[in-house]
Amino acid sequence: MKKVAVVGVGETKFSGPQTKTEVELFGEAATEAIEESNLKPKDIKALFIGNALGDFEEGQGMLQAYAAENIGCLYVPANRYEGACASASMAVRDAFMWVASGYYDIVVAGGVERAATMGTGLATRTFAMFSDARYEYPAGVTFPAVFAMLTYLYADTYKIPLQKLREQMAKVTIQSYRHGSINPRAQFFGKNADMTVEKVLGSFVVCTPLTLHDCCPFSDGAAAVVLASEEVAKKLTKKPVYITGIGQASCGPLINQKEFLPRIRAREISSQQAYKMAGRTPKDIDLCELHDCFSIASLIAAESLGFFDYGKAGDAWEKGEADIGGKIAVNPSGGLKSKGHPIGATGAGQVYEIAKQLRGEVEAGRQVPNAKTGMTDTLGGDGGTLVNMIFERGW
Amino acid sequence: MEQKLYFKDYNEALKQNKILGLKCRACGGITVPPKMACRQCGSPDMDVIEVKSNGKIKTFTTVFVGAEGRESEVPYVIVIVELEEGPWIMGNLEGIDPKTASMELIGKKVKMGNKVFPGDKYSAGESVRPLFSLVN
Ligand SMILES: [Zn+2]
Repeated sequence: MKKVAVVGVGETKFSGPQTKTEVELFGEAATEAIEESNLKPKDIKALFIGNALGDFEEGQGMLQAYAAENIGCLYVPANRYEGACASASMAVRDAFMWVASGYYDIVVAGGVERAATMGTGLATRTFAMFSDARYEYPAGVTFPAVFAMLTYLYADTYKIPLQKLREQMAKVTIQSYRHGSINPRAQFFGKNADMTVEKVLGSFVVCTPLTLHDCCPFSDGAAAVVLASEEVAKKLTKKPVYITGIGQASCGPLINQKEFLPRIRAREISSQQAYKMAGRTPKDIDLCELHDCFSIASLIAAESLGFFDYGKAGDAWEKGEADIGGKIAVNPSGGLKSKGHPIGATGAGQVYEIAKQLRGEVEAGRQVPNAKTGMTDTLGGDGGTLVNMIFERGW
Repeated sequence: MEQKLYFKDYNEALKQNKILGLKCRACGGITVPPKMACRQCGSPDMDVIEVKSNGKIKTFTTVFVGAEGRESEVPYVIVIVELEEGPWIMGNLEGIDPKTASMELIGKKVKMGNKVFPGDKYSAGESVRPLFSLVN
């Protein structure tokens, strides 16, 4: 198996509803990544594109073919990945395997979504399609409802008073907002930096006990990365970021995960695959872009990834152990909650952030000092699809 | 290979307030809702059984933001119930003011009725939802 590097990354600003089409958004991100790699579209051998709901967002199916032609990648294979919010991470992982196998030497992987353009009603309906349509949606389950139920389950399982847990979750939100407020690509750039626990707890209730500020926004946006084999990467850049570990796991509906909840078993399996392949442990990871679709989701993720003991992640956030300068820097981009969550693009956006962090190219206020090893964590559905990847400096 | 228990039959049984499940001949595990293979051991060698419909609440939420087409239902309470024989199922809770639902619900015993979700343009028809109520 060949070593595979990220040689260039690109990303649109993540935003609320806007007017660019998904093909146009993807083009913006992909051409930035290709130019940064010192390549031309004709050098790209294949494309791997995450897109969860384009059919509902624009009435556009088979988006990947149009997206490839739009940027001048003519007559090359283009594949679409649908794994709900983990779509782009699936695309990057598959792209990695094609390059690692030696079949392709240069590929583009990424994703695009216009979830915000759908508006709250249709977005809530279509996101709920990632729960079980027959055995969960009839009861009116929504995405916030899934994590709201996990919040009560978490409080009950670890015997944490609900008020204390909610205050710890507010600290997660405040940290994400602070980092996102100085990330120019973030949906909440320049916003929410002065968030307080009281404001989080007092905002509009979406699903008890989650308030508006416990939830990520609906977002439009795209992200893309160029992957290349080691020998090609060395010619293209002085700073190749190697993908050293990957993992992916699937699972059925939330109710079938009863032996483990509020732990997400698929995440434990997926991340262990990535750690094992990279020969790393959680202690080796300098920063992690993890799937904080809701504030409680950060706590659940950080525990399953092995950064903190079960039931203790809230304490860690309170002490700053999950912040830059702590044990592990979590979501210095602002994460889904503040950078935004264009679901089919989110995983590629995480890779964008890790690559920029390892290269030392982000704003000073959110740069993780001397970051050498980074990790991504992306969750689709209510634990249905989990992807983890580990990245390391190649210089 | 035919599946031993299909959605359609599970759904029809729910309308009679009955929960059908699958008992594995290999490991004895009970699988609800229907699947081709045992959730515990993966064996397809299972018998259709009726599972007791009473249980206790594991978790819940009161939903204030509904999906397109279901805005008029809010606020409503979703519960995950652990059935007496082990499986968890998702349904709604009736008989309480949704705005007063609190963590005191966790562990409370419930019995099951049902309500039909008529479906929407995406759902390929109706599905029955378990409708639980507290047992005093
Ligand atoms: Zn079995």
